[in-house]
Amino acid sequence: MDAIVVKNLTKYYDGFLAVDHISFSVKWGELFGFLGPNGAGKTTTVKMLCGLTRISEGDAYVAGYSPLRELKLVKKVIGLVPDVSNLYPELTCWENLIFAGEMYGIKKEELVNRAYELLKLFDLMDKKDSKFKQLSKGQKRKLTMAAALVHKPKILFLDEPTIGLDVRSRRAVWSMIRELNENGLTIFLTTHNIHEAFNLCERIMVINKGKIIAAGSPTELKRRFSGSEVLEVSFTGEISIEEISQIPGVIKASRSGGSFKLVVSDPISVIEELVEKARSRRISLNYVNLRGADAEEVFLKIIGEEHA
Amino acid sequence: MLDEIRGAFYIAKKDLKEYYFKPPTISWGIAFPLVFALAFLLRGWEKDWLAPGLLTLSLFFGSTSMSAASIVFERRMESFERLLLFPISYLGVAFGKALSSFFFGLLSSTATVAIIWLFLSIPPHNMMLLMLCIVGSALQFSSMGILLSFAVKDPAQAMTIFNSIRFPMMFLSNIIIPVSKLPHYLSWVSLAIPLTYSVEAIRYALIGSYDIIPPQISIPVTFISFFAFLYLAAIMIKRTIP
Repeated sequence: MDAIVVKNLTKYYDGFLAVDHISFSVKWGELFGFLGPNGAGKTTTVKMLCGLTRISEGDAYVAGYSPLRELKLVKKVIGLVPDVSNLYPELTCWENLIFAGEMYGIKKEELVNRAYELLKLFDLMDKKDSKFKQLSKGQKRKLTMAAALVHKPKILFLDEPTIGLDVRSRRAVWSMIRELNENGLTIFLTTHNIHEAFNLCERIMVINKGKIIAAGSPTELKRRFSGSEVLEVSFTGEISIEEISQIPGVIKASRSGGSFKLVVSDPISVIEELVEKARSRRISLNYVNLRGADAEEVFLKIIGEEHA
Repeated sequence: MLDEIRGAFYIAKKDLKEYYFKPPTISWGIAFPLVFALAFLLRGWEKDWLAPGLLTLSLFFGSTSMSAASIVFERRMESFERLLLFPISYLGVAFGKALSSFFFGLLSSTATVAIIWLFLSIPPHNMMLLMLCIVGSALQFSSMGILLSFAVKDPAQAMTIFNSIRFPMMFLSNIIIPVSKLPHYLSWVSLAIPLTYSVEAIRYALIGSYDIIPPQISIPVTFISFFAFLYLAAIMIKRTIP
């Protein structure tokens, strides 16, 4: 069985349909992205899977256990990093980790070793005796992640892991997420940030208004929803703009100085054609730059919204 | 079962570290009963009547102040949710929260016990029974505090709401005025207040007499109400899950 299996999962809040009969699965070892705008139903889905919100209809299996019937077993094998860094402010980093470990019944010696290991991994050794409230936002985020990993969960849920962080902290958290996944941890990441999802995840599922509206790898989603991309090329010799305009897949071509700017629908086949044309003229390409579709535009297209 | 008790103990240990020095626990848990005790002593109240009331009062305020601090703050900061992620039942969480309040109640009452010992010179009628009654009362108050804390959403209002319940209870539960001297209709109200049974139990264990409720009733009621409040608190925790 897959790490997470969701079948017709549904959530009503006082008659409001927050999650609408969604079904999907996540493979073991996968870094899975659950992408959607604010209020799409991402956090509600995660909370249903972790037992923090009741399931209205449908069912799910997390590491083979149902949150409806085997919640205690689910809680033993998952870690959750919520969108708020909610450790205990008056406790030190060390005390927060030890408390989390104690609650999972980890033996003292093993727990002490694990706490040291996590502080080192998250680069927080020098903050060991600092109170949680004294940490920076990025450090709080890292410690919240460390606390979720103290019992070596099989699946880690990350709810908006970089929300509110500056660029440096965000990149540090991203590299930590990659490292955890490379070490075999299955990660379910929710985000409203398309760049985060495209940067980190192998597979992305897009949710909007409680419904799954698209799924695939970042490349697949870009290809399916981008429509067009911009290709900049220049040659070592002369070639006319008319000739380039006739290449199948070129939507629009313009010349700027010695280079061409092409709007293309299928960049790979256009590049192959350009190489072929250059070869037939005994010249070569000396510059190629493919500017991918803007991630935010792709996201807006997926969720069916227009530019503001 | 053992895992649940162990988990509850760790929650209590964490709470004591986290909230021991919070203003509500200090001011309302230790300072208020202490000042109250001194005020009555200076006015020259009958010591045999006053001592059990003061002891119960300090337990009552100590045990309920801690729960106001821990649950209300944690729910506000969303860290209460963390407890629900651990593999422990809602009853285990409620027990853990009650245990921290219980320990704080015992701790905060030591000042009052010292006053009773040093200034009132009252030797306990039955030391073992007194210890049992103190434990039962502190458990009863702490679980009641946990239950009440679910009625409060804003930490700023916690003490206002807690005190609007605690003060009437204090005046109607045999601490200051004997139930036997209350108007008939108020004595019925008094009998419906759990605090009355704790005061009566502690009074019997400390001075060997009671006002209207014999220890055969007051002591079991103290423990039964603890279990009832704890169970209801577990239901309230479950109800926080949307």
